[in-house]
Amino acid sequence: MEDQRFGLSRRVTLPGPLRLDGGAMLAPVEIAYETYGTLAPDGGNAILICHALTGDQHVASFHPRTGKPGWWTRLVGPDKPIDPARDFVVCANVLGSCMGSSGPASIDPSTGQPYAMRFPVITVRDMVRAQAMLLDHLGVATLKAVVGGSMGGMQALSWPATFPDRVRACVVIASTARHTAQNIAFHEVGRQAIMADPKWRGGDYYGHDDPPAAGLSVARMAAHITYLSEAGLTEKFGRKLQAREAKGFGFDADFQVESYLRHQGLSFVDRFDANSYLYITRAMDYFDLAEEHGGLLANAFRRTDARFCLVSFDTDWLYPTIESRHIVHALNAAGRAATFVELSSPYGHDAFLLDAPEMNRVVDGFLKGGR
Amino acid sequence: MILRPDLAIIADHVDPGARVLDVGCGDGALMAALRDTRGVDARGLEIDPANVARAVGRGLPVIQGDADLDLAGYPDASFDYAILSQTLQTCRAPDQVLDELLRIGRRAFVSFPNFAHWRVRLSLLWGGRMPVTRLLPEQWYDTPNIHHVTIDDFRAFLAGRAVRIEDAWFLSKGGARTSTGANLLAEHAVFLLKR
Repeated sequence: MEDQRFGLSRRVTLPGPLRLDGGAMLAPVEIAYETYGTLAPDGGNAILICHALTGDQHVASFHPRTGKPGWWTRLVGPDKPIDPARDFVVCANVLGSCMGSSGPASIDPSTGQPYAMRFPVITVRDMVRAQAMLLDHLGVATLKAVVGGSMGGMQALSWPATFPDRVRACVVIASTARHTAQNIAFHEVGRQAIMADPKWRGGDYYGHDDPPAAGLSVARMAAHITYLSEAGLTEKFGRKLQAREAKGFGFDADFQVESYLRHQGLSFVDRFDANSYLYITRAMDYFDLAEEHGGLLANAFRRTDARFCLVSFDTDWLYPTIESRHIVHALNAAGRAATFVELSSPYGHDAFLLDAPEMNRVVDGFLKGGR
Repeated sequence: MILRPDLAIIADHVDPGARVLDVGCGDGALMAALRDTRGVDARGLEIDPANVARAVGRGLPVIQGDADLDLAGYPDASFDYAILSQTLQTCRAPDQVLDELLRIGRRAFVSFPNFAHWRVRLSLLWGGRMPVTRLLPEQWYDTPNIHHVTIDDFRAFLAGRAVRIEDAWFLSKGGARTSTGANLLAEHAVFLLKR
């Protein structure tokens, strides 16, 4: 019989409890995930992919609801740097999210109602611990590699710091070892937009079939700006007007960029839960890997033998190259084998999700370079 | 694969299994040779992203960075050898880079084109023009070589800083040269240094 643990759109309820950084115990722990490929008899070919803030577990399969291809088919798939023909690939929805893993929309077993804001505040390290529980369930002792971009990169970086003996290589793309004041500030704008929406109802909107769409939409609009470069926006929209010859002297979406952002916001609310947005942005804001290791980032990497690969993009102002360089210096200080390259792209932070042949070459060379 | 002559000399004199940092590693040719033929644990630093991508494509751990800025993070004596091949003359502060090299590596290999080679002298003396040679192919305005150095300059520099020369090799088109007359006859030089 086929092993039900492996395949597309899997879901498991683990008894837990999972002790969280905030002190709470979470039980049970639900994890939605997918696997591609076959786990080698010696278990040596497992690669964990970590998704970003609003991502999901469908990294390289068609989304069961939208029918869209996976979000990282450029990196994961046949003849790609991560190839299910060779690698056993795992991607799990992060803790706190809304794609099937435990989050604020899950039912609190103590009340029979959704947790809403009674869900415990989680950290990036808690997400990683939940992933480790999943790997235990799947029989994966050690990862050949953990790979992630943006918030996925934060998880990837936390892996060898949290489980130094369970990961042999770590790929961190367009990411950072800590959220800066500016990062936190943008997230706070988003959270305030959600909480200022009267439909948010203190988080208890689940029974009303009328979620805080306006607030979540504004949150997404603000965040989306940080994912693009100014040059990219100028090239795409400039000051072009939206379906009109002249300015309307009103407050419709006169400019194409306004119309685009409104569309980004509106389409986002169909697929994402506002409370999850609050929890996950909080986890990212709390992220400071050095702080978890006595204030010195190098300490986070002293207990592991993992190899590291960092990639940044020159127009990414959300997690600029200097943040990757900061990580590289810490890796050097800890004596770890590190690879780092800043790639050129006009697309800002989003570049890691777009066509980037150089990124593929770098990740491919890095993963094959393991001895 | 055939290594550049100065790299071949370095490759022949690194102990098997050593830990090596190649500063200005280019496309990783030396690192790959050291890894494949001598089991060396080689790490690289390279300023040009295309070179970094090529080196990483060979499975080498290379960091995109600048010798002038990115050496401070490495702990003291964390490598058996630190290598600076044909990079010294491109540094903004070669003296500080050399200090870092000798701090990070127990030994350092340094190679550079000799600006006192007779062809260079001739070009200035007779042509009155900045020399454009086989090893210094760029024009004055686009050369990355901003701190030209001669073999005698380098020897004097080392003497003034109490750096010990453990070995030295002098090369020209025809092959190896002796130390005597190297400042006039050698196109480039390789030094093995220790503090």
